[in-house]
Amino acid sequence: MAAAETLAARIERGDRTALARMISWAENGDARFAGELAALWPRVGRAWRVGVTGPPGAGKSTLVNELARVERSRERSVGICAVDPSSPFTGGALLGDRIRMDDRTLDPGVFIRSMASRGSHGGLARAAASACDVLDAFGFATILLETVGVGQAEYDVLDAADTVVVVLCPGAGDGIQAMKAGLLEVADVLVVNKSDLPGAERLQSDLTEAVHVRFTKRAWAVPVVAASAGTAQGTEDVLEAIARHRAHVESSGLEAARRRKRIEQVRHSLSEQLSERLWGPAGLRDRVEVELAQGHSPHAIAAALLAEVTMGLSKLSEARR
Amino acid sequence: MTQRKIRVLVAKPGLDGHDRGAKTVASALRDHGMEVIYTGLHQTPEAIAEIAAQEDVDVVGLSILSGAHMALFPRVRVELEKRGMGHVLLTGGGIIPQDDMAALETQGYTKLFGPGTPTEAIAKWITVAMAERLKNEGAQ
Repeated sequence: MAAAETLAARIERGDRTALARMISWAENGDARFAGELAALWPRVGRAWRVGVTGPPGAGKSTLVNELARVERSRERSVGICAVDPSSPFTGGALLGDRIRMDDRTLDPGVFIRSMASRGSHGGLARAAASACDVLDAFGFATILLETVGVGQAEYDVLDAADTVVVVLCPGAGDGIQAMKAGLLEVADVLVVNKSDLPGAERLQSDLTEAVHVRFTKRAWAVPVVAASAGTAQGTEDVLEAIARHRAHVESSGLEAARRRKRIEQVRHSLSEQLSERLWGPAGLRDRVEVELAQGHSPHAIAAALLAEVTMGLSKLSEARR
Repeated sequence: MTQRKIRVLVAKPGLDGHDRGAKTVASALRDHGMEVIYTGLHQTPEAIAEIAAQEDVDVVGLSILSGAHMALFPRVRVELEKRGMGHVLLTGGGIIPQDDMAALETQGYTKLFGPGTPTEAIAKWITVAMAERLKNEGAQ
């Protein structure tokens, strides 16, 4: 047995078990991940990444399954990463998105990975973008990234996807809900799912109006597409809207757009790791508890800590010079 | 920052359509901090092994109430091995006569759990078996 073969090499020759393992390494923060991804990096960037987000029960998984079905009928391979929430109390998670993607299980042109959010609050798992990189390197043409059911303020998908599809459905709040800051602003394509239900036309016209009122100065006019993923209606229209958005991004500078998103990914990853590092083994928690007991305010304690961190950073950059 | 979680696939192979037990176990394992993937009903052994491979799970638990356990456990094992997933901890439960349970356990399908098993016992058994395995992984 060739024990020495790296995961990257196995992924290059299409080994799905290696692909699965490498995603696990990303999830577990395994130190070997960075090296393997570096080896695969030249292969990353060929896939089109579609983020699918929206409130719980809007039909995200069903739409993802539909999009995958039609992409496959066009002989395009599909990698799927579907995120569900972890319990903040036990850290456990029940991952059920693939129940709605059952028809795709044995298709060799499809790979589905369920992922728990593991304490991330932005609607994705911290490893989701890395998982997409690995799926991209493996060679999938389209990557579908499904977020947890989101409320009004989870935007991580914006930095992980080339096109963000926001799925809404009738009966879950009126057009005013949708006009609040939030979900509408991250959408490149809006889908009114369950379009066979009462209220769908009203929602579609409310959204169309909201989009036109808010975003008149943007170069990309966000389309509002009706679909009924459960009955396989409108999927082609959604894909067509995604394709038009892709053409728009590509004609207005794909590389720059992707770099902007990567910068945000680095920023998020840095701030998460930084707070984890500070909070983790250094016993900061104990110190804060002591200072609170001494009667300091949370605000003052945080300000003092920030000053210490900043001092440490400036010493670091002096040392570099 | 390493956060290794135990990933479990709870699967319903074959034709039986009763999944309250599978859902109960899935929820209980989640409450013990595991990441649990549930397949839904009517899965083939091939599909179960393929899902296990894509999800890189540590444990596969089969829930079988149809009486087809003597056929299904070995078939799932074979399909797992085909995909380089022979290391997976295969377990399960359902309506399985004592004699069959003993036979499957001696044939290497590890521990099986019958009706009335406290979910605590299943979670504990998985936790202990995985701790053992991770210790061995670390020793390599």
